[in-house]
Amino acid sequence: MKRKTKESIVGFILIAPSLLGFTVLYLVPFIISLAYSFTSGIGNLKFVGFDNFKSLFTSGAYILAINNTIRFNFLAIPLIIIIAFLLALLLNRKLFGSRLLQSAFIFPLCIPVAAIVTIWQITFREDGVVNYLLDKFSISPVEWMDSNWSVMVLVIFYLWKNVGYNMILFQAGLASISEEYYEAARLDGASSLYCLKKITIPLIAPTAFFVFIISIINSFKVFREAYLLAGAYPNKNLYLLQHFMNNNFYNLNYQRLSSAALVLFIIIYLLVFIIFKTERRFAKSL
Amino acid sequence: MIGNRKGFGGYILLAITHYFPLLILLVLFTFPILVTVTNSFMCKNEILEAYSIIPDQFTLFRIIPEKISLEAYYQMLFRNSKYLIYFWNSIIITLPIVLGQITISAFAAFSFAKIRFPCREVIFFVYIVVMMLPFQVTLLPNYISLKALNLYDTYLAVILPGVFTTFGVFLLRQFMVYIDDAYIEAAKIDGANIIQIMFCIIFPQCKAAIAALAILAFVDNWNMIEQPLILLKDQSMYPMSIFLANSSDLTYAFGILFIFPPVMLFLYGKEYLVEGIKMSVLK
Repeated sequence: MKRKTKESIVGFILIAPSLLGFTVLYLVPFIISLAYSFTSGIGNLKFVGFDNFKSLFTSGAYILAINNTIRFNFLAIPLIIIIAFLLALLLNRKLFGSRLLQSAFIFPLCIPVAAIVTIWQITFREDGVVNYLLDKFSISPVEWMDSNWSVMVLVIFYLWKNVGYNMILFQAGLASISEEYYEAARLDGASSLYCLKKITIPLIAPTAFFVFIISIINSFKVFREAYLLAGAYPNKNLYLLQHFMNNNFYNLNYQRLSSAALVLFIIIYLLVFIIFKTERRFAKSL
Repeated sequence: MIGNRKGFGGYILLAITHYFPLLILLVLFTFPILVTVTNSFMCKNEILEAYSIIPDQFTLFRIIPEKISLEAYYQMLFRNSKYLIYFWNSIIITLPIVLGQITISAFAAFSFAKIRFPCREVIFFVYIVVMMLPFQVTLLPNYISLKALNLYDTYLAVILPGVFTTFGVFLLRQFMVYIDDAYIEAAKIDGANIIQIMFCIIFPQCKAAIAALAILAFVDNWNMIEQPLILLKDQSMYPMSIFLANSSDLTYAFGILFIFPPVMLFLYGKEYLVEGIKMSVLK
């Protein structure tokens, strides 16, 4: 009993610096900012219940931002999972040069976006490289940055930056699948495709689930790219939830910002909760 | 397996199914860096000529300079001090964050991984939730507390939230959980105290994770955009990342100066980085 309490005290002492900073900088002010979302007025705060949320969900800018954020995720996340998985499959063959290739794919992770945003702009501008290639194939040029297509530019940027991270997660997952399964299947005369369908994909599912969650988290960071490419007020296809929140901060509309933050917090909280629950289930079933 | 099937046809097939797509991807992935490198050796006029908009004509990347010129580097390093000042600002902000985050996270991670104390799971859960929040959600809370602490518009305003991000704790804990408890038990029997256990047994085994965290934290903060814009009023304190995005002169040479430190770190520690990412899988 005594040993237990001593251990608890040591445990708390070790997390104390981290916990203190975390509480002062994140936790307490976060709770304060949540309280904001139920009030109105500046200085003279008044409790208004859910009014801020009602006005939030009827605000055109918010709905636009939500729609764009969802659309971005629906395009980017399936793509990144499929591409990362295929790359991991190819690189796991241990072909000549596969280590060099692995480095090349995670290299963008280390490149600060600000350094290469000019290259991106030149590639996608009206007289840029992409339109040049389209022209070669007699396809009419697209206004990449100023049309429905601008979200695709962001998706490509996101893939370029993050596919390496997910690829490594998949490689680790593939490496943990025992070679014996494949040998047994091959003895039974199973084809490569059959092995992929019946062994690799079912056994990689937990990794894929984790990659899915990581991809969602990383997708929120894409704001940096969007901001650098198109500024604080981009065309309406690129206006993300983060633009909405950032701009409300600059306009000192803290109540609206806090309400939007609370909604996003709840969504992310649920996601984390689901991982915790399912991870435990996976762990038990093993 | 295709690779095992010897013969000319097998190699052709391998080339088509594997090397060709991989080669294209390799070029696409490294292309932006390649262009930045070669264009940094062009003189100003050549850059202007290459990328100005001419009606009814496409602008393509010029990869090979007409004449290799060090003009841009000379201008940046010796003719105008602002570039090096912004570079220095980035260092002042990034290094303390990386060092602080590693130190504080290492102790907390050890505690979460190897010591039992009340509410451990709950606190760790809260850490993970906050780790996953986008910057815009924690923006107002950070701003509120930094104002209250009188730190707004100082370097600490940008540094402290970086030091106390929970990502470091998460990553290192994932690594430490796998270290066998038997090591700790054996050390305890030999009379080692908790400090000795950490510094002599746990931390040395976490080298890869610490290196991975150093790289990821360095790149993330070297690249910071939102924080200084909001938490620093004085523009002369801005790091390179902000200045670079808004500057059109010497873009490429300045870009090279900017990516040099993270690229060096990457080349030095990429094995660790791969290892560290693999370990970040939740368990």
